[in-house]
Formats: sequence, structure tokens, C-alpha cells
Amino acid sequence: MKRPTCLYMLFLGAGIFLFFLLNLVLGSVHIPFPAIWHILWGTEPESEVWTNIIWKSRIPQTITAMVAGAGLAVSGLQMQTVFRNPLAGPSMLGISSGASLGVAFVVLLSGSIGGVALSRLGYMGELALTIAAIAGALSVMALIAFISQKVKGNVTLLIIGVMIGYVASAIIGVLKYFSVEEDIRAYVIWGLGSFSRVSGDQMTLFVSIMLVLLPLSFLLIKTLNLLLLGENYARNLGLNIKRARLLVICSAGILTAIVTAYCGPINFLGLAVPHLCRALFQSSDHRVLMPASLLTGAALALACNLIARAPGFEGALPVNSVTALIGAPVVMSVLFNKKRNEIRE
Amino acid sequence: MNHSPSIRLIDLSTGYTTPKRQIVIANRINATINQGELTCLLGANGAGKSTLLRTLSGFQPPLAGEIQLMGKSLKAYSDKQLARVIGVVLTDKCEIRNMSVMELVGLGRSPYTGFWGTLGETDREIVHQALARVKIERFARRMIQTLSDGERQKVMIAKALAQETPIIFLDEPTAFLDFPSKVEIMQLLHELSRGMGKTVFMSTHDLELALQIADKIWLMDREKGLRVGTPEDLALDGALDHFFEREGVAFDEETGLFRIDHTFQRVVRLEGEGSRYAMARKALARNGIQAERGLDASLTIRCGATPGAPFTIITPDGEKEVRTIEELLRLVD
Repeated sequence: MKRPTCLYMLFLGAGIFLFFLLNLVLGSVHIPFPAIWHILWGTEPESEVWTNIIWKSRIPQTITAMVAGAGLAVSGLQMQTVFRNPLAGPSMLGISSGASLGVAFVVLLSGSIGGVALSRLGYMGELALTIAAIAGALSVMALIAFISQKVKGNVTLLIIGVMIGYVASAIIGVLKYFSVEEDIRAYVIWGLGSFSRVSGDQMTLFVSIMLVLLPLSFLLIKTLNLLLLGENYARNLGLNIKRARLLVICSAGILTAIVTAYCGPINFLGLAVPHLCRALFQSSDHRVLMPASLLTGAALALACNLIARAPGFEGALPVNSVTALIGAPVVMSVLFNKKRNEIRE
Repeated sequence: MNHSPSIRLIDLSTGYTTPKRQIVIANRINATINQGELTCLLGANGAGKSTLLRTLSGFQPPLAGEIQLMGKSLKAYSDKQLARVIGVVLTDKCEIRNMSVMELVGLGRSPYTGFWGTLGETDREIVHQALARVKIERFARRMIQTLSDGERQKVMIAKALAQETPIIFLDEPTAFLDFPSKVEIMQLLHELSRGMGKTVFMSTHDLELALQIADKIWLMDREKGLRVGTPEDLALDGALDHFFEREGVAFDEETGLFRIDHTFQRVVRLEGEGSRYAMARKALARNGIQAERGLDASLTIRCGATPGAPFTIITPDGEKEVRTIEELLRLVD
């Protein structure tokens, strides 16, 4: 790796560490730093309220944000490369729509048919939501993966994916029309995305799944580098295009499915982070971009989570609004600077 | 240099299979391509050049028949093995940003590199040699998006060289280039076939260049089939003349090249020799005036032999001297 690349990576690592700590320190309840230190290492007993806030709320939320951001960024990078389309992101191909559809079925139908609003079911309800989202996302992904083996062009596949997304949205619309207001509200809140919904037990499961999936996605680095050249050149260099496409779509799709299931559809990170990394590292080599996207995604998600919880927004802003509000100007300015640099060359 | 065949086409039919029927583009081709030679594939648009190249590269299956590469059937190669036998340069425009020339040429080493695609010492040496062969070492660090079309084409050729394949296929590598770049690329390819013993097979629309540089010419046409031979043999047996039979194009048997066939409305008698004579003749021909020595005409133009000497226009009424072809044309009109 080149010197500046290493430096940037270190910088990102330090950024994650800093944001991680800030996520623990800042919040509606002020907890002094020494107390957090004691709670984390269990060296000295601190007030039970503080201990509960740290262990039951802030730590799960922080770790969830970090892992989800990393997952979405890696997924977005893979999507952009395999579709050779800068606008591709994890929400392309209707995978998050699939998750939404699954959730919509459970949330909206449970009220109308079962006569119980899911929001009152507590832990069981949460679990049901997660399972429904994963089921919805994975079934759309399986459909896309199947189609990817049948159609030739990337653009065709992309359009089919977007169409599936529209169909899912349409079905959700119909479901909403027949649902009670309370359930619709629950569904809308799910759709805003949040890192705080994942409780302690579920967080462990979520993080373990992602800790398996993220390293697996790194196995596709050489494949992704070859795909940069376009299908024909890649094939000429010995790549089995159909298999490569299937693997990348599945990797990106499963990452998106899991994150969406636990945090709701988080829109912006997956699209923006890869662009940010390409501009920052001046590289299109996935040996650089994959770790860079992972780190940047994690750092950005932590930063967004911090802002969403900032004093004044005690009720916690929806993460989706923050990611877009903060992320869009950052990406625009980076891209704008990049253009200027290119002209200077 | 050993010029034995490295590619054999045996009863090869190319084309597409749609769910309803087969569309045959080239039917039952039998031909060979030799190593150490530059072979140019010529033919009008839609003659099936790209389809043939795609079939030979293994991108699409043949409808019938067989392709043998280095004495082994194309079907018998795995994807990985084929990547070490055929290198391609395609018309696909690579829209890669933020990748240096060195990195792209390095990707040509993919069939040899390990799981992460990291280049070893030998790989880097081969990449440098490839860059040197194509004479682009000086912009090895530049980003692909900052290169001109001609430079980019050379980078892709360097990529194919880094791939170290005995066979290189190129689909219209000279399209969209300015004339000097076309010549440069063609000469480079010829040199690669000669110097490294590679089999270079390329499609092109640059007839003149192909006829001058190629060792073998493949003439492809959907009706007339395929004709193969040296440019000279094809010229002698009239194949070239017939192939591009079209009004306004004539095959010049003397030079072995094509020229535009003018239709003449008038004749003038042209005297003199050397370049001034040739240029006056060319300019008059373009304007529909046939000008030759010893023609019987009311108008005579005498060309001075030395540089800067005037052209003299002689009519029954008198003589007039002009300095440039432009003035000459104005007066003759």
C-alpha cells in the first residue's frame, strides 16, 4: 500500500475510535468520562442508572451503527462495481423494498387480521419484524440472483431490480390502505431507520452475523477488480462472469438484507461512502477500496448516530434524515473538488 | 521465424441462436492463422467480423464446426487456461476512473496472480517490459481517464502483452484514431508478431494500411464468403478488386492500393514530371478533368520541374503563368 493510503487508513481508524467514545459519552443523560471508564472495565461501582444506560442503550446502539455502516458501505461498493453504475447502491435491486414488504406484511396485517397491534407485542414483535424483513429481502435477492443467470446485460438486470422494487412498494401501498392508523405509524417509524432498535441480545446476533459476512465479502476483491474492466475483458482474463455476478450480488444482497432487517432501510451510506473513498484514496483498486469503505462506512454511521442524538434532538432524529443531510453536502463537495483536480491535470 | 498455423478454423459457422432459430453469419469457414504474422480481417459493416472475433475469443459458442488453438480444441480449454492463450483488445470503452496505467496493465497479470491479485516481483518485471514494448513507460503513473484514445489503445495492447498469450485478438484497434496513431498501432502490432512470434489477428476498416502492413488479409463478406491470402496474392487474382466493387472506388493494380475513381467531363494535356506534375494531375482529376501526357486537347498545362517553378497554361489564344494549384484550377475553370 502507498504511504498516503496507510495514513488515511490510520486516520479513519482513529476517527472510528474517537466517534465510538463520543457515542458513549454524549447523550441526553450526561455521564462523565471517568465513570464510563469504570463502567466499561468494571473497576469501580457506579450508579446503576448509568451502568444500565451504557450497557443496555449506548453500547448496543454504537456497535450496531458501526457494523451497519460498514456493511452498507461494502455492499454499496460491490453493487457499484458489478453494475458499473455510480448510482447503484444497496437499496438498488429492490432488496430493501423486499425487506420493507416483509415488515409491512407483518406489521400491517397483524393489526387487521389478528386484532393486535404489533407495537404492543414487545420483544416477540421485534423478533417477528426482523424475521419478516430478512425473509422479504432474501426472497427478492433470490429472485434477482435467479434472473441474473438468465439475462445478459447489466442494465437489463438493474431495470428488472428497480421494477421489482416498484412492485413491492405498490403492494405496501395497498396494504397500508387497508390498515389501522396505529400500525401504519409503526411501519413508517420502522422505515425511518434507526440504530437504537437493536437490543442487547439481538445486537450480539446481528454483530456475529456481520462479522462472518464482512470478511466473506473481502474474498471477492480480485473478482471486483476484474469486473472494473467490463465483462468481456474480465472474461478474457479468466473470470467466470455468471458466477462472479451471482457471488457479488449475493454478498451485497445478504449484507443489505441483514442490516435492513435490524436497522430499517438506511438510505444514504451505501451509495455515498464508495464515492467518498474513491475520491479520498484516488484509487479504484478494491484492495484499497474495500477496507476503506468498511472503515469510512463505520465512521460515518457513528458520526450520524451522534448527530441524531445530539442535545436538542432528545427524541432522536431519524437516522435516514441525518445520513442524507450530512452526507449529501460532503459527497458533493468531495466530488466537486475531484472534478477540479482532474481539470488541473 | 516459424510461421506454422496456430489457429485452425474447421468448418466453422458463426452466428447467434435465438429461441426460435439460428442466425448464421458466416458459414463453414476453413482457414488457418499463422504465428509470427499480422493477419487483418477486412469486411464491410455487418460482414461478421466482430462475431467471428467473439467466437474465436470464446465469448460466444460456434454454431457448428471447430476452432483449434495451438493444436487443441477451444472447447477443451478452461476459462483459466484460455486466459493464458488469448489476449484481447476490444472496442469496449473502458470507463475506469482513478486507475493508473500501471495498475491496468497489471490486471493483465490476473491469470497468473494469486487469490488477492497481488503482483509479485516477476509480474512487475513483465508489466514493465510490456509498457516498454508499447513505449508508454513515461505515462505509467497517469490515470486512465487522462489519456487520449490512441494512448488508451496502447495501454490495452500493453495489457494483452502482460497477459503473455501466444495469441492476441484485436477488434478494430485503429478505429477513432488519427492517421499517425493508426500507422503507429499497426506497425507496433506487426513488430509484435515478428519480434515475439505472436499470432496477431485484428479486424479493421483501414484498408490501405492493412494492405500495406498485414502479412495476411482475410476478406469477409456475407454473400461471397471468406477469401484469405497475402495482400499481393489477393490483388493479383482480382479478389480485392471484386470485393470492394462499388462505384467511385477503383483498385489500382500498379500500387496494389485503392483509389477513388473519378468520372471525367473534360481532358487537358499535361506536360512535365515530378511532384508538381503529380499534384496538378491529382487536383485536376478531383475536379473532373482528366490530365495526362500526350492527350489530344485544346488546352495544355506545362509544369515546371524545379520547386517554385510556375505552371504555364497554353491555349490557342496565348500563354499564362500561375504559381499555385489554386490559381491554376480557377483559370482552367
